[in-house]
Amino acid sequence: MPLLKNNAFVADDWLHLEDTAPVAGQQKVTVTYERLVREWDDLVRFPGLLGVRLGNTTKEYDLTPFLPQLALIILPFPAFADGRAYSIARQLRLDGYQSELRATGNILPDQLQFMLQVGFDSFDVPERFPLEAWQKASRQMSLAYQRGLFRKAGEREVWSERHQGFAPWEEQPHAG
Amino acid sequence: MYRYDEFDHQFVKERTEQFRDQAARRLSGVMSEDEFRPLRLMNGLYLQLHAYMLRVAIPYGTLSSRQMRQLGMIADKYDKGYGHFTTRQNIQYNWIKLEDAGDILQALADVEMHAIQTSGNCIRNVTTDHWAGAAADEIADPRPVGELIRQWSSLHPEFSFLPRKFKIAITGAPHDRAAVKVHDIGLRMHRNGKGEAGWEVMVGGGQGRTPMIAVTVRDFLPEKELIPYLEAIMRVYNLYGRRDNKYKARIKILVHEIGAEKFRSEVEAEYARHPLQSTQVEERELQRISAYFATPKFEKLSRFAPAFEDAKRADAAFARWAKNNLAAHRQDGYAIVNISLKAPGEIPGDATGVQMRVMADLAERYSHDELRISHAQNVVLPHVRLNDVHAIWKKLSEHGLAAANYGLAGDIIACPGLDYCSLATARSIPIAQAISRRFADARREQDIGNIKINISGCINACGHHHVGHIGILGLDKAGEEYYQITLGGSSSENAAIGTILGPGFAYEDVPEVIEKIIDTYLRIRIAGEEFLTTYRRTGAKPFKEALYAAA
Repeated sequence: MPLLKNNAFVADDWLHLEDTAPVAGQQKVTVTYERLVREWDDLVRFPGLLGVRLGNTTKEYDLTPFLPQLALIILPFPAFADGRAYSIARQLRLDGYQSELRATGNILPDQLQFMLQVGFDSFDVPERFPLEAWQKASRQMSLAYQRGLFRKAGEREVWSERHQGFAPWEEQPHAG
Repeated sequence: MYRYDEFDHQFVKERTEQFRDQAARRLSGVMSEDEFRPLRLMNGLYLQLHAYMLRVAIPYGTLSSRQMRQLGMIADKYDKGYGHFTTRQNIQYNWIKLEDAGDILQALADVEMHAIQTSGNCIRNVTTDHWAGAAADEIADPRPVGELIRQWSSLHPEFSFLPRKFKIAITGAPHDRAAVKVHDIGLRMHRNGKGEAGWEVMVGGGQGRTPMIAVTVRDFLPEKELIPYLEAIMRVYNLYGRRDNKYKARIKILVHEIGAEKFRSEVEAEYARHPLQSTQVEERELQRISAYFATPKFEKLSRFAPAFEDAKRADAAFARWAKNNLAAHRQDGYAIVNISLKAPGEIPGDATGVQMRVMADLAERYSHDELRISHAQNVVLPHVRLNDVHAIWKKLSEHGLAAANYGLAGDIIACPGLDYCSLATARSIPIAQAISRRFADARREQDIGNIKINISGCINACGHHHVGHIGILGLDKAGEEYYQITLGGSSSENAAIGTILGPGFAYEDVPEVIEKIIDTYLRIRIAGEEFLTTYRRTGAKPFKEALYAAA
């Protein structure tokens, strides 16, 4: 399954550990949320980069104390129509989480821009779509009415544009 | 009326191009129907029994004559010469080809319209009072906020894959003509002790198979906080609404299952969690939008309109129509004209392309270029001089649009039912036609007075049967259509869900059953009592006796 990041397919250099696999000796690992909570006292001393794999029923506010130590959060879309992870992503970004936020599961090109807008910046995508399909999908709409979204160059927030003197919410540096 | 600026035009243009591309991918087979389905639904395109159906948004029910003419053009060019106005202030075209959908969306975009989010599990077309900006009892015109919500909810990235569809209704008047208590969110504007405007925020109302009246989560939300507060409600619903069973996925079920108190505390906690971003832009935007809804320049007229009075004296048919179909305007010498799309024997809510053009011309000439669609599937000319009413009526009469039954027994709400809809379990339209023919006698209909008869062709309740004074629900029992009757529903500020009267009835017996119910009312009413008042006084007993007593 290719990893899409900044409009390119890249290698996934993270190791996604089963709950029983040892963490020691690795560079970049993700663990499940349950393990993160259970083994936090050990994990907090892990010298490499630490990430977590969430379910889409995890309460985002339960994650707040761990956020400063996390370098990757992976959120699932069990079906493309199951939109819970959009809200969790938004909450994480509103909470100040700045590192990589990855979407996995049933990811389709026509949902890509919504995911980018709420703050996802990497995507486990199915193999059947060529890179061009994703590149095109990431810029279908150049305008959004909502404020505080993640935007790329050339994308504008209508309300902020209309009312001079009010800067849009800050553009996020890590917007995929 | 609101006019698109460069941003709105660009937005709809990009969206139309996006849909053309999606439709082309589907037609060429690159995209599966499963993947295409949620995309076409987000653009209002359904696959129905016979063809694609396109549902076009009429935001807060307001149209210009130019827009109405375009709807007529679409009916003539791409459909079979007619369209169907719905209970959500939309219009549906029932005979659409997928190949034409892109061109139709373009034709809509040309007149600042679209079909975005008229379907799908997202925030649907915002509805409101069809007399907004004209009604005598109004505190504030709710349409600017309707437009604000339309923009905010359009392609909202966080709320486009909700557990289920989501409907917001707004009223700016104490008398609720927008049925706000049977919507996912209902907003009622009122003023606090200091005279400031704010919202009563109601959540969790709805009809469908589990009808519920909304609960109030905030008595008074300052006007400027509306958008961030709506975001908090939507986020709680998106996270915790049920997704395991589509029939339990509406927000009303969440509110019901966790309880109003718990739901309220979840919303307030979410609202309090993130420091409130400045709402200055939202306030400015609301001001900008409000300017488009400035009160039209009315003439200073006398309350007494001699030409109008003379015409009524000279023509009893006109007098009767005027009595039923006009409503009080806030400006002396003006009236609100309600055009009934319920001529006896016709399909409720249907209008031909020709009729749409006639109504558009009348609006342009006599009603400050404005029309409204009501949730009861009628058309409104909101700002008409009393002295012009007779000329309007004559024109309407030439085109089958002068039914004098507004608010009466023939003014039936009905969904498309089994004649068109793939969800329906029974027919609605022929039942409505048969009932309206039965009560076509003017004197009798007048004597019966105000009554709402609502018909749905399945449990999803698009015909609002739960809130009809008389509700009729068409079901399927071992391959036979049969109809359940409810009494006592209401969608007004005294909203109530109707109570099932007893065992259902066969298709052919329904008109007779309705007649017996109404005869019973006429027999037991106290002088001056409307049907609903009588029912609330007596309860179901006399009606049950009339229908189910052993012969």
